[in-house]
Amino acid sequence: MAEVLVYVDHVDGAVRKPTLEVLTLARRIGEPVAVALGAGAAATAATLAEHGAVKVLTNEAAELADYLVVPKVDALQAAYEQVSPAAVLLPTSADAKEIAARLALRIDSGIITDAVDVEAGADGPVATQSVFAASFTTRSVVAKGTPVITVKPNSAPVEAAPAAGSVEELSVTFSALATGTKVVSRTPRQSTGRPELTEAAIVVSGGRGVNGAENFGIIEALADELGAAVGASRAAVDAGWYPHTNQVGQTGKSVSPQLYIANGISGAIQHRAGMQTSKTIVAVNKDAEAPIFELADYGVVGDLFQVVPQLTEEIKARKG
Amino acid sequence: MSFKIVALVKYVPDATGDRHFADDLTVDRDDVDGLLSELDEYAVEQALQIAEGRRQGGDDAEVTVLTVGPEDAKDALRKALSMGADKAVHVEDDDLHGTDAIGTSLVLAKAIEKAGYDVVISGMASTDGTMGIVPALVAERLGVPQVTLLSEIAVEDGKVTGRRDGDAASEQLEASLPAVVSVTDQSGEARYPSFKGIMAAKKKPVESWDLSDLDIEAEEVGLEGAYTKVESADARPARTAGTIVKDEGEGGKQLAAFLAGQKFI
Ligand SMILES: Cc1cc2nc3c(=O)[nH]c(=O)nc-3n(C[C@H](O)[C@H](O)[C@H](O)COP(=O)(O)OP(=O)(O)OC[C@H]3O[C@@H](n4cnc5c(N)ncnc54)[C@H](O)[C@@H]3O)c2cc1C
Ligand SMILES: Nc1ncnc2c1ncn2[C@@H]1O[C@H](COP(=O)(O)O)[C@@H](O)[C@H]1O
Repeated sequence: MAEVLVYVDHVDGAVRKPTLEVLTLARRIGEPVAVALGAGAAATAATLAEHGAVKVLTNEAAELADYLVVPKVDALQAAYEQVSPAAVLLPTSADAKEIAARLALRIDSGIITDAVDVEAGADGPVATQSVFAASFTTRSVVAKGTPVITVKPNSAPVEAAPAAGSVEELSVTFSALATGTKVVSRTPRQSTGRPELTEAAIVVSGGRGVNGAENFGIIEALADELGAAVGASRAAVDAGWYPHTNQVGQTGKSVSPQLYIANGISGAIQHRAGMQTSKTIVAVNKDAEAPIFELADYGVVGDLFQVVPQLTEEIKARKG
Repeated sequence: MSFKIVALVKYVPDATGDRHFADDLTVDRDDVDGLLSELDEYAVEQALQIAEGRRQGGDDAEVTVLTVGPEDAKDALRKALSMGADKAVHVEDDDLHGTDAIGTSLVLAKAIEKAGYDVVISGMASTDGTMGIVPALVAERLGVPQVTLLSEIAVEDGKVTGRRDGDAASEQLEASLPAVVSVTDQSGEARYPSFKGIMAAKKKPVESWDLSDLDIEAEEVGLEGAYTKVESADARPARTAGTIVKDEGEGGKQLAAFLAGQKFI
């Protein structure tokens, strides 16, 4: 059976959920061979094996952390040459898209980014994408070379599928360009204790209607009651009410949760671009004409300062 | 020698228009008004600031804006020139129709080499394709450092430094020039063209290059040369109209009942 290379997104050995989703898709095409790079790479093996990796290629060279993107391209290319896979799949992130692009160029292959589904097809994998702010769905194939595809978070279920997951050290010779861009310092993001925005099953967002940083507590209280991540519109971020890392939309994060609750958000096209593929959409807005209601499965026309705290209380009451 | 900055700008269909696909499954660029991608205005802004900084320091600097696109893409170049860029290059060729990111990066890299550069600055992503990979591809092709997705940038002493806010961490980056840089919408508001700028832009040089000027064969680009093939494009079915209630004092409770019905609580 053909092998499929899967790039592993992990933090010090803790595999992030989108990688496990990619393993589910990879198994539709062939046998997943995982590539884990950087500090803690070997520690990913047990989780990857549980989810179908037949092999885990690891490399923990310092260059992988000390320089931007290119060392990882060198490593992934080394894995590609060793395995000769039928396809290369990566969980979408800013880094992974750049790694994928440079790899595709080097191996003279086509690249598809931000797939929301991948299936085996007669002429290789078929990738589904959601484009133009999710107003269109396209199905594409790679016409030349080995398909390189990045997959958006929440595009597939995580499935247990135990496999050998034998660990093998990947030997990498770094290219001259690998040390071109130095990472002088790195400040890890502080954990809020809430789920990761792109991975969360529920996202509760606030926009300009929240009207001040101090009021975001209302949004957070609802999020915490639901075990949700907190999102924000660009208007709220630009006003300095909430960090840019929480921005949902074209220039922020793209989310695809089971449930998205938009509070005081009008639903501009650039915001929709980042949340329109959510399964269920709920909106609270005092303007009945707000475009967000066109997307909403359930909408409340009303003042969020009344509706949201009441909702939070009611959930608490129902949970007993 | 003048310090050469090349800003990459794309002409895109207006995101607030009714964007759709043409019969050959390429992005329809005829029916929807186009404009300079808003995210590339940030690239032009940083290019201008770097040039202004150098001029204040008594050095020479020149900003060239470069686009690969159809006839109308000239509009994007005009806008960038009216913001203050010095000159423009338009790569235009009928054989470019349907070119994908890999092909676009080839054309851009050849044009950048022909124009000459110390630093290339692009936007974070195009607002139509939103792949965000062209800068990395161009850096790979040129064989120079990629310093991408910067929300803060400085170019000094033959070096580019900047901050990249990633998912897990915020990174401070540094590379020597020449380099390919991309900037996010957090890098600083782009200026509006002044009346004087708009008038001046009319007299600024716009060069037109085609594939033969860049030694690129037609088969390497366009739909023929594309590495990916769109097999189908379907309008997403309209979402079934949802339930909209007016809050008469019980809105939060009604919403909770809906969420409970959907098993979210
Ligand atoms: C290139 C580009 C990229 C962009 N990228 C993004 C992006 O990534 N993400 C993003 O979000 N935007 C993005 N935008 C901006 C986008 O166009 C909108 O300006 C933005 O989404 C508006 O945010 P908002 O809905 O919070 O604010 P507004 O549009 O001002 O809407 C506020 C809403 O709150 C409602 N409201 C006010 N008070 C209350 C109350 N008490 N109770 C209930 N409702 C209330 C109002 O009725 C209104 O509908 C981008 C724009 C451009 C040009
Ligand atoms: N056809 C083009 N002409 C000029 N610049 C482009 C073109 N396509 C992409 N770019 C640049 O590359 C960036 C990223 O594009 P993309 O990878 O398509 O999202 C854009 O913001 C532009 O700066």
